[in-house]
Amino acid sequence: MSVRVLVAKVGLDGHDRGVKVVARLLRDAGMEVVYTGLFQTPETVATAAIQEDVDVVGLSMLSGAHMTLAPLVVEALRERGSDIPVVLGGIVPPHDLDELKDLGVAAVFGPGASADEIVSAITGIVAASS
Amino acid sequence: MVTESAQERWRRLYDAASIRPGKFATMSGIPLAPVYGPSDAEFPGLYPYTRGVHASMYRTKLWTMRMFAGFGTAKDTNARFREIIRSGGTGLSTAFDMPTLLGLDSDDPMSLGEVGRCGVAIDSLADVRDLFAGIDLGTITTSMTINSPAAVMLALFVAQAEESGVARERLGGTLQNDILKEYQAQKEFVFPPRQSMRLVRDTITFTAAEMPKWNSVSVSGYHIREAGSTAAEELSFTLANGFAYVELAGQGGLGVDAVAPRLSFFFNAHIDFFEEIAKYRAARRLWAKWMKEHYSATDERSWQLRFHTQTAGVSLTAQQPEINIARTAIEALAGVLGGTQSLHTNSMDEALALPSEKAARIALRTQQIIAHETNVTNVADPLGGSWFIEELTDEMEREAEVIFAQISKMGEGSMLEGCIRGIEENWFQGRIADSAYELERSFNSGERVVVGVNEFLEGNDDNDLETLRISNEDERKQLARLKEVRHDRDDEQVRRALERLSREASEPDVNLMPALIDAAKTYATVGEMMKALEGVFGRHVEVPSL
Repeated sequence: MSVRVLVAKVGLDGHDRGVKVVARLLRDAGMEVVYTGLFQTPETVATAAIQEDVDVVGLSMLSGAHMTLAPLVVEALRERGSDIPVVLGGIVPPHDLDELKDLGVAAVFGPGASADEIVSAITGIVAASS
Repeated sequence: MVTESAQERWRRLYDAASIRPGKFATMSGIPLAPVYGPSDAEFPGLYPYTRGVHASMYRTKLWTMRMFAGFGTAKDTNARFREIIRSGGTGLSTAFDMPTLLGLDSDDPMSLGEVGRCGVAIDSLADVRDLFAGIDLGTITTSMTINSPAAVMLALFVAQAEESGVARERLGGTLQNDILKEYQAQKEFVFPPRQSMRLVRDTITFTAAEMPKWNSVSVSGYHIREAGSTAAEELSFTLANGFAYVELAGQGGLGVDAVAPRLSFFFNAHIDFFEEIAKYRAARRLWAKWMKEHYSATDERSWQLRFHTQTAGVSLTAQQPEINIARTAIEALAGVLGGTQSLHTNSMDEALALPSEKAARIALRTQQIIAHETNVTNVADPLGGSWFIEELTDEMEREAEVIFAQISKMGEGSMLEGCIRGIEENWFQGRIADSAYELERSFNSGERVVVGVNEFLEGNDDNDLETLRISNEDERKQLARLKEVRHDRDDEQVRRALERLSREASEPDVNLMPALIDAAKTYATVGEMMKALEGVFGRHVEVPSL
């Protein structure tokens, strides 16, 4: 069974180059990818992830709101009884990394992360959580 | 009658220009001409302006070092503005936060975590008053980078100026107001494209009639390139959008020479040095030709493409961030050799966070080194006449013409219609995403080298760069401020102003600026004005596509 991924843009950040490129690269690696489109809330992402029965949620954030919004997505999933892991890509300052992990974000990919790096991290996270 | 050669005509213009003091010679004393080339060559200051819009280029005036800033509350940004003015700045450039850019109030649930983060938060006239407190809007020029709510922000700005005793005729500045590239690339849209274009039309015709010193649209390729387009796509989509605004103003009753001189442009400076220089040269030539030949402009100012440049944010790496200083310097130099009128240089830490003060200072210093140490400002279009640059310029022009033909075909001969249909049919968005994907694959395969990312990785573990930390304190302060405004105003007045706005929005031929200015004066919030418009215009939802 191939890995199913929901890629999502939460909040007001319209930068969608990264999310689209990563989605295509994940498809190239044989994953099934669903994209939410722009301007989602933590609730709509959690609901979509559960409905689509995905193995992992990938958030893309470049506006600096990740410390507020990424943990809310994790929380919205857990409130709905789901343990789907959440990973994050975008502009994330190094000093935020530890706190994001503590708040339940499974992995963070910065700019320049290679396709191989993202694919193997996601594969590992999905294997560990199932 | 003996006709004047291009060189003689250029000489006449050059001799009439004021030249800044200084010796125009190399470091070792070799005297330099203002421009080089045979007498029948293209010359700067002459149609089609391939070599620059001014005959004397940087010998008259260096480019404007316009650094974009804005953060936290209006009071914080005001302090920064006053400091810029104290240190000799004559232009302000305002960055707004994400909620403001999307027309949301700071207390909207969607604004959570975004207030004051990427720029300054503006909710009402009270914030605009704080933003410009102690600043004479009649003498300073103000650039406002905002698009979907551009008409609303212009109304707030006019209301504030008039309240402080400055008549609208005296206001000088630029509104980005380029909504087409929002749908194509930056994706900060609110209303559907056609309704948004009505607001752009209203701002263009209003400023043409009442604000003679105002630039109504800054047509922006920067975001198109950042979203992943090629250089030729950036060039052609941007100019096509510019043609669309000229046609739009025509529908509003303005002739080409009433609108074209008030459009300015904004391009990216990416890392492929010569391609970027060729892009700027082709942009000037194409704009001049299209304005003169297709749109029958007769005013020379309509033919002259003036542009701002920003170095490429996407070229910066999170790995070994200090080396971004070198990338930015090379990109900035391309902008200068390409003849830019103003320049913003990115900070080395922007792949990690918003820039620290130190990183922003180094970015400005990079421009100052180019301006004052390298001597590149002595000679206009120094690469003109290079077989390589001339051929690359011609090739950029050819590629752009092919794309113009495609857009024109989509619009059945109208660039305005072509741009809108191209958006509605995801044509622009799809092309940009395809180009971004192709480029990314070439990085992943190693075909293209990015230092610190896929080659030369030693040093990637040094993570000692201090980046800016932003607290949630500003969000709390702004929410308190907004609560106060809502409490102190006359709600009945606000209600009536918003009612008028909705009514006039439903009449397509009415210019909405007067109703917006009146609403601004009652302390109606940005979110309330945008919601009133949304009630009539509806909301744009992009169909997600990969």
